[in-house]
Amino acid sequence: MSLADTAAGLAVLGLVAYAIFGGADFGGGIWDLFASGPRKDAQRKAIARAMGPVWEANHVWLIFAVVVVFACFPPAFSAVSVALFAPMHFAVLGVVLRGAAFVFRSYGEPEHARRWGAIFGASSALTPVLLGAAAASLSSGHIRVRDHGIDAPTSAWLGPLPLAFGAFALALCAYQAAVFLCSETEGELREDFRRRALWSGTAVVATSAALPIALWLGRSPLVAGLARGAVAPVLICGVIAALVSGWALRARRFSLARMASAAQVGALVVGWALAMRPYLVYPDVTIASSAAPDTTLRFVLVTAPFGMALLIPSLILLYRVFNLRPVEDRAS
Amino acid sequence: MTPLTAARAQMEVSLAFHMIFAALGIGMPLLMVLAEALWLRTKRDEYRALAKTWAKATALLFAVGAVSGTALSFELGLLWPGFMRFAGAVIGPAFAMEGYAFFIEAIFVGLYLYGWDRLSPKAHFLCGIPVALSGLLSGAFVVAVDAWMQTPVAYTIVDGRAAPLTGWAVFLAPSWPTMAVHSSLSCYAATGFAVAGVYALGILRGNDDRYHRAGLRIALAVASVAILAQMPSGHSSAQHVASAQPVKLAAMEALYHTERGAPLLVGGIPDRANERVRFAIELPKMLSLMSFNDPNATVRGLREWPADERPNELVVHIAFQLMVGAGTSLFALAVLWLGQRLRARKTHTNEPRWLLWIALGASPLGMLALEAGWFVTEVGRQPWVVRGLLRTRDAVTPASGVALSFFTFSLLYVGLGAALVGLLRGLARHRRQALSRAATSAEVPA
Repeated sequence: MSLADTAAGLAVLGLVAYAIFGGADFGGGIWDLFASGPRKDAQRKAIARAMGPVWEANHVWLIFAVVVVFACFPPAFSAVSVALFAPMHFAVLGVVLRGAAFVFRSYGEPEHARRWGAIFGASSALTPVLLGAAAASLSSGHIRVRDHGIDAPTSAWLGPLPLAFGAFALALCAYQAAVFLCSETEGELREDFRRRALWSGTAVVATSAALPIALWLGRSPLVAGLARGAVAPVLICGVIAALVSGWALRARRFSLARMASAAQVGALVVGWALAMRPYLVYPDVTIASSAAPDTTLRFVLVTAPFGMALLIPSLILLYRVFNLRPVEDRAS
Repeated sequence: MTPLTAARAQMEVSLAFHMIFAALGIGMPLLMVLAEALWLRTKRDEYRALAKTWAKATALLFAVGAVSGTALSFELGLLWPGFMRFAGAVIGPAFAMEGYAFFIEAIFVGLYLYGWDRLSPKAHFLCGIPVALSGLLSGAFVVAVDAWMQTPVAYTIVDGRAAPLTGWAVFLAPSWPTMAVHSSLSCYAATGFAVAGVYALGILRGNDDRYHRAGLRIALAVASVAILAQMPSGHSSAQHVASAQPVKLAAMEALYHTERGAPLLVGGIPDRANERVRFAIELPKMLSLMSFNDPNATVRGLREWPADERPNELVVHIAFQLMVGAGTSLFALAVLWLGQRLRARKTHTNEPRWLLWIALGASPLGMLALEAGWFVTEVGRQPWVVRGLLRTRDAVTPASGVALSFFTFSLLYVGLGAALVGLLRGLARHRRQALSRAATSAEVPA
């Protein structure tokens, strides 16, 4: 494996972490938007309590992935920025709005809470669709990067295939969050989230069933990539993890369901990346053709273990401290 | 509006907005940690109350800084794909380091803000330290990128792209040390004076209690130390610019003609058509003396550079005057306050009302100086993105719709800014209500 391949692997690692942690965060926003029933406010409170301490750290994974890509594959980052000018702007708008609305709601006047909540929920639902569509557009073959310029029709991110990916991403975020919230709550509230997990799990199955059709209809080059050696086993692991999480949810084994749903998302992202390999933007930008000089790659790869050695214990501390039951519950 | 103008405007609006929160994100954690340290030492409740209020403000400000910073990491590519393509390999390492620092900051912000009841007092205090430190480091790493854009070194050009000679290339930029010190100090000064104004206002409105006095003093202490240190730091920054970027110095002073024993201008408006400065006070030979330690040194004028390699001296000169003017006024305030505190050690008097009025009036000057100084640095670098290597117009995106995204983002930031001001005022109001409730029930609020 070349330095550039390893760097690409590091970026995928960042994306996996973002899909798992950031994805659950987006899902939290989605369930905030769709909070309903007699325990509507309790649902929202549980979401805010689970997300409050960790959402910022969860979103740094996105910055991490972006930074690795632009440091290690500058021409690819540049080309994607031109090709996806519109959807990435919308996604950025979504990221800014949801973060700001979330804290504004937490610290603002109660009478404005509903307005901020609506912004938070809507942007949480839209952003994963856009990010999923943007990721799919990289494999669509519609973005052409040539010497004389970059050609990207709107259909690259607004066609059936990207939208199918976007819908799938949305369902996955909702599912992950609901599963996660099951293990963060108890009693009736937990039943609420369990029901939501079962609904969104069904949506995950439905949208994933639509994917092969969209891939085939879109004549996506990914179809060929999927048949390649390492891809199928990874995706099969993903499917098994999905089945395990569904079963564990039914059997009310919530921490198993949570771990399996994370594994499912991780396997999907890795499977997509492997199917794309060696392309970053199909068919004109590859890992090798857009790699930064070795000095840069080596710097990023050598510093990564040191950075992780700082990060991972800190992250574990963060999740440990806040994974305890809320203080007021323990007291009672 | 051309795409270049729109892209520059969007970048300016986004950065001007982000910078306020980045600066407060560096400054507020220091205030909050200091207040908590004082509480741990003295066990006086006003310090704990301050640490809690400042932590809440930090939560709001850090979140807005974090999301606007995430937006910027995309905007770099969205607006300036030519720049990322050209320089990504060199500047990437600085952003990678910044990424780790920012990550640590985000993690410990979470622990600090939500950990009051879950961590022991000492552990909680210790969680504040990485927040303050990594905020400072993040800022310094990002400034390294800017420094490399001002004074690029340690690269070769391969296939029209900059290839670093070492992974550390971006940190070897000669202007980094002076810029990093100057910008970090400006964050502490801007935050300190801004916060001091809030407590000065509180006291002037009649809430003259230990809580408000302590808030005022911690903020002014941090701000004063920072602004005192800013004087030598600013001087060495200017000297560095004089030798490394003479055209920027010429623009800062709006010096059109090369001169021996050049005067320093105070104020004045450059008249670009006639290449002279109107309404300025001239301090003879001071520019030569301050830039090169020699009253008769030659300072090169703008006319030595072709017109298409000069920055806009009208903007740069006025921004420079604003920065120096605001900075000097704050320096005077710091001296006044420190003098008052020294005398108060014997007389045990509080800050007099006139000093509080000055602190209130000076409250926005730190931020003004910080933004103006950024204008000096970046507008003074034009027409280049990377000085001498890549022009701004060659870095801009070919995508259509930049004007639309500029208006959308301007609207977004104006809206967020307005909402945030409302929220912070709400925070202060709640504090006051809690205090008056506590006063009637004769309890000290926590």
